Amino acid sequence: MNTTASTSSVVATGSSRSAARQWLRALGPFLGLAVVIVFFATISGNPGRYLSANNLRIVLTQTVIVALSAIGMTVIIISGGIDLSVGSVVALSGVTAAIALQAGWPPFAALISGVVVGALVGFVNGLAITRLKVVPFIATLGMLGVARGVAKWVADQQTVNIPRTWLNELATSFPARSWMIFAPGVWIALALAILMALILRRTVFGRRVFALGSNEGAARACGIRTDRLKLWIYSVGGLFFGLAGIVQMSRLRQGDPTVAVGVELDVIASVVIGGGSLNGGEGSILGSMIGALVMAFLRNGCQLMGWPNYIQEIIIGVIIVVAVAVDRLRAVRMGQG
Amino acid sequence: MTRLQLNGIRKSFGATQALVGVDLEVRKGEVHALIGENGAGKSTLLNILSGAFSPDAGTMRLEDREYRPSSPDGARRRGIAHIHQELSLCPHLSVAENILLGTEPAHLGWVDQAAIERRALEVLRDFEQPAIAPGRRLADLSLAAQQVVEISRALAQNPKLILMDEPTSSLQRSDVDRLFASIRRLRAAGISVIYISHFLEEVREICDRFTVLRDGASVWTGTLKDVPDADIITAMVGRPVENMYPHRMPSRTKELALEVRHLSSPPAVREASFQLYRGEVLGIAGLIGSGRTEMVRSLLGLLPAETGEIVVGKDPLTARKSRSKLQWLMARGVGYLSEDRKGEGLALTLSVADNVTMTNFSSCSSWSWIDLDLQAKQTKTWIQKLGVKTKGPEARVLTLSGGNQQKIAMVRMLHQGASIILMDEPTRGVDVGSKAQIYEAIAEMAASGKSVLVVSSYLPELFGICDRLAVMVRGVLSGARPVGEWTPESVLEAAIGSSADPRGRQA
Repeated sequence: MNTTASTSSVVATGSSRSAARQWLRALGPFLGLAVVIVFFATISGNPGRYLSANNLRIVLTQTVIVALSAIGMTVIIISGGIDLSVGSVVALSGVTAAIALQAGWPPFAALISGVVVGALVGFVNGLAITRLKVVPFIATLGMLGVARGVAKWVADQQTVNIPRTWLNELATSFPARSWMIFAPGVWIALALAILMALILRRTVFGRRVFALGSNEGAARACGIRTDRLKLWIYSVGGLFFGLAGIVQMSRLRQGDPTVAVGVELDVIASVVIGGGSLNGGEGSILGSMIGALVMAFLRNGCQLMGWPNYIQEIIIGVIIVVAVAVDRLRAVRMGQG
Repeated sequence: MTRLQLNGIRKSFGATQALVGVDLEVRKGEVHALIGENGAGKSTLLNILSGAFSPDAGTMRLEDREYRPSSPDGARRRGIAHIHQELSLCPHLSVAENILLGTEPAHLGWVDQAAIERRALEVLRDFEQPAIAPGRRLADLSLAAQQVVEISRALAQNPKLILMDEPTSSLQRSDVDRLFASIRRLRAAGISVIYISHFLEEVREICDRFTVLRDGASVWTGTLKDVPDADIITAMVGRPVENMYPHRMPSRTKELALEVRHLSSPPAVREASFQLYRGEVLGIAGLIGSGRTEMVRSLLGLLPAETGEIVVGKDPLTARKSRSKLQWLMARGVGYLSEDRKGEGLALTLSVADNVTMTNFSSCSSWSWIDLDLQAKQTKTWIQKLGVKTKGPEARVLTLSGGNQQKIAMVRMLHQGASIILMDEPTRGVDVGSKAQIYEAIAEMAASGKSVLVVSSYLPELFGICDRLAVMVRGVLSGARPVGEWTPESVLEAAIGSSADPRGRQA
């Protein structure tokens, strides 16, 4: 008998089904976005207003902070990790930049200071995870408290006012230079998203992030220095959270150490809605960006409907669990198929 | 001509002495078999060679230079590649990415996709499996194909010495032949291989010389041609093994214990019907992927069944309602031993006692309060009965060797009081000594009136312990016939579906 042919058929089994599944996974986030938009456009009774160009600009501007953070979080989640300290890092980096501005630093230097602080916090998270062998969940939960505390400390428990500079314009829905159409922050997020998508897909670093999340033991056995890789991953993540902190500061036009509490929930939800698996190995920047839009349209829709804040919180909590449940379901099917 | 020379290698983990003095010489261009029971220290030795552990004492020389790898990366750079027993691949990455993981060709950090695929194709070409395309996602490949990828990954590094830890455990014969062909090519090219396998036939086929490890020490090195199997086995277990298989009286009763009619669970299982009598051992042979495992799992309700009727004793159950099926069956004395010991069989981090009593806590508890003394006592009785090597009931299962873990899984079913026992690959990854004890235990179960169904890829054991034998072919189970009416050749013919023998098709 022709063994080559028979083995080939064994090898090929299920590939078309798996291809279909991959497609569904990629399309899922878009479907979710469509559902949210159609839902609010319908029940608001005024789809014109919900979908107006102006509201669209507002939503996109509101997305920037979560979207920037989601870029970093996507890298971390693909690697099989998690970072719960996002909200605190956003506050700390904003406060840092605000203090730097107040001290007379040029705006760009202030921006860099905030981003570097974010990356440093990520690096410390990485150290706790690799050197102290603390699981990411706990290490970053601890950092959630530490970073928030440090933010309040350096800001002397009050908001830090900042002088008027171009940094204040990052998150204005209607930029002064009207040719920009959207807030500068939107363009920055878009550019960085494309850059990170390329890095994840085409660089050694990116592929090793996938390898680490897919099978850490295999990655180590292949000579990849997984500890060093994790330090990089959490630092890169922190860098993006730091940048989100700058945008947050720009939006408030002050450094506020109490801001962005719980924003990590929105960020993690964005990544998971976008197809990221909390088991690692899967996720995409495009998906996460769509996920961030889902979260923004959701919040915006609730505001438009005049629903109180607590309703939004309940909805977002439920969405996270549902998104993860869907991910688990997919994993179970993968296991059986 | 010596490539690798080890002298007096020792290694302990805490109080456990894994290696107490290993000498090993591997020559250039030879395939050297490392033989020994599970727990003899073979895997520890490979892990030392591959840089995962460092030895406590002893010297290692590679190509006449001192060899002291501090990490897997260091070992790779000295030209040593390790093929693990369990697949260590990244399911989410492509075939090519897996093959070149850790050594990706790149310019300034950007992966050279074309170079990756070209290099992957070069190594894959020897296996003549066009379906393993470099761009395919690994998770979409069959287990055997994944094994080919794992081996290709080792070859891609152009190693001087390849460590192979049971590379054939998930391969079919045709794939084994391909693997051996490429090992012979490697040997001809002057590459050395250290080869671990539990199958002596296989070792004889591919290896030149051997070293036997027993209890962490190298006890014998020789040339395979010159020594009979019996001597090797004696050296492995430290005592002569008279007969692997127990003497059994064929079962005489015709009392039905379990009957399965027209079970199907597409696409893996299309039609399976069989009767299992009290006191008999029924064997299910078949190729990997023929649906044997799925047949047992759908029977138990672990996979959804489309059709089928199950009768235990006199109680019928339609196979359709699978939700509470497993509980229904277990309440009627059905026990199941999964082929996936780590994934489904045992809670590795828990104690032996917890694992043994898990399915039947009520036997050692009152009002759901567990009597720890009673639990330990019950466990002790059973582990003595099967000769489990462990420090005691409170030892964690993960400290046990593979063979002893498998015995714990069997002990659990006995403690559960199962009278109809379904076993999937009961001796996979188990050493010779433990194998004999497992066969003995199966024979005892049957002698005491229990019914045993054994799914196995290892024909000698099916012939050694079964009363009747049925063959699974592409999802269809043949009729069971007494083992005396089969020959290994006829089973194989039936299994690959080319049998012209009409009896093999009868229900």
